[in-house]
Amino acid sequence: MRNKYHISRRSFLAGTSATAIGLTFLPFSLRAKDQDQLNFYNWDDYIGEDTLSDFASAVGVKTNIDFFADNDELFSKLREGNPGYDIIVPSDIYVEKMVKAGMLDRIDQDKISNMGNIDKNFLNPIFDPNREYSIPYMWGTIGIGFNKKQVSKTPDSWSYIYDSEIYSGNISLLSEATDVIACALKYLGYSANTKSTREYKEAEELLITQKKHIKVFAEDNGQDLLASGDVIMAQEYNGDIAQIMLEDDNISYIVPKEGSIIWEDCLCIPKNAPHKENAHKFIDFILRADIGAELADYIQYATPNKAAKDLMDDEYKSNPAIFPADGTVKLCENMLYQGEEVSRMIQDTWTRILAS
Amino acid sequence: MSYGQKVDIIDIDYSWSFINYARATDGVYFITLFKSVIISLITTFLCLLIAIPVAFYISFSSVRVKSILLVSILLPLWTNLLIRTYSLIALLRTKGHINNALENLWESANYLLSFFRLANHNFIGESFTPLSLMHNNFSVIFGLIYIYVPFMIIPIYLVLEKIDRNILEASYDLGANHKITFFKIIMPNISVGITSGIILVFIPCLGSFIIPELLGGADSQMIGNIIERQFKSANDWPFGSALSFILIYITIIILGVRYVYSKLYSRLYQRGVS
Repeated sequence: MRNKYHISRRSFLAGTSATAIGLTFLPFSLRAKDQDQLNFYNWDDYIGEDTLSDFASAVGVKTNIDFFADNDELFSKLREGNPGYDIIVPSDIYVEKMVKAGMLDRIDQDKISNMGNIDKNFLNPIFDPNREYSIPYMWGTIGIGFNKKQVSKTPDSWSYIYDSEIYSGNISLLSEATDVIACALKYLGYSANTKSTREYKEAEELLITQKKHIKVFAEDNGQDLLASGDVIMAQEYNGDIAQIMLEDDNISYIVPKEGSIIWEDCLCIPKNAPHKENAHKFIDFILRADIGAELADYIQYATPNKAAKDLMDDEYKSNPAIFPADGTVKLCENMLYQGEEVSRMIQDTWTRILAS
Repeated sequence: MSYGQKVDIIDIDYSWSFINYARATDGVYFITLFKSVIISLITTFLCLLIAIPVAFYISFSSVRVKSILLVSILLPLWTNLLIRTYSLIALLRTKGHINNALENLWESANYLLSFFRLANHNFIGESFTPLSLMHNNFSVIFGLIYIYVPFMIIPIYLVLEKIDRNILEASYDLGANHKITFFKIIMPNISVGITSGIILVFIPCLGSFIIPELLGGADSQMIGNIIERQFKSANDWPFGSALSFILIYITIIILGVRYVYSKLYSRLYQRGVS
């Protein structure tokens, strides 16, 4: 979800040059009322290398791409009105928030002929019933990335990082209040989306007790800490760990047996998009089996596109950092927007944990 | 905005309520603020200890050396704060440059000892344990000093330059030693530079959030981090505004104290002269 692949020098260069191109063209394209354009606001390095040029030759629409670093940036940018984007890629809970805040347009499913390619498990998510506003793009989990050489046994439970002193001083957790607290709730056997003050209190106490064993709440770099040997276990998004697994065979990833948070990035059309027709064409194009497979192959995230997944090789399909075991997935939950009061409670809990 | 109230995901009701300020009086914010003040005070004090000798050294060196030294202090400021902070990460982390250098030292020492057949005596420990320099309050203060010490050196250097060197000679001629000259002659003259240096260091330290975020550990939350979170993940702009206003009020109070102090001081000084 956060921090897609942005460490390699190649992707940094690609990203900067693409941003430069994006920045050069975007305001220009906004002024020109050219109907053969599409303004795409995406995570950095989160689309296939040839996908956009293929789209241009297949449909005849030129795509201008611009990048954001996290959901908060996307949200703040669109909060005061759409600056001209046609397609955005928010994560699940932000889809829900943006729908509630009236920031998204409905997607006309009749215009999406490849709707049938989507795995049926993804057709009715709780954050957007019946997929009225969002189309799944990629999904993944939060889990534990660890160094196989330095652990005596696979950390298959949250207890290793939330309730144990075995790896004291060698643990990093995420720094996002909702993620850290939600996983604590899962460890305690509660729902990640609870509204109970008592359960949040319990999670708070758990984290305050455990805090002395935690080295750092890593802002965006748990995988770097793990790769550089600063920590032995890092709570992270699967994609981030998958990236360093390619470089270091000693690193592995597991979704704890208590279940975890499942995230999903979606393609959405913001309100007042200047090229709505093209946005629908783009979504339809992305859902094509061959294009979906190309994307999955490049990004190395789990695709919700069943037809595309069938085209992939076994190495991709059996990678534990991409697809966790089916049993664990059933225990995972999507994060939901709980209303202002609960959000505030989570934030206050987090501030207290950090200040204690 | 700080008097507004968040009613929905993006809707803010501008109702002139003090609810955000009331929320900010909660103990947890007070503790964090107190901690930020302590960290900033320590940083400022250490910056002062570093800056005075450095400024003296620059001021009393030859013109050529002086310009080289000044440029070497100013040059890092041309780089982005974030990049300077990341360079500190490369330096301080467990497998960073400092620990690597220490490990090399340990290995050569060990080699020397075994050469003299002393390795069994365990003078330097069984094996090298890397120092944990990152992710604690030490690294935060170290980072803050590294980033802000130029803002202390420059003002002190500027006032030092203005002191007439003949005054110092006169002081020595009249039988004062180094210590008396420093405290009676130099200190009153550079105190203006010191106060502006203190303000230039203390105030940005108080509101800093990138450095504690990148270099700090589980225990290094400062008030700047809380404010940043209100604007980003918490999406509670009114409360974030209230917290930043509190910080601004504190800054204004500090500046006010300085103003009063300088007024009093100059009055005292004039009386002393007349």
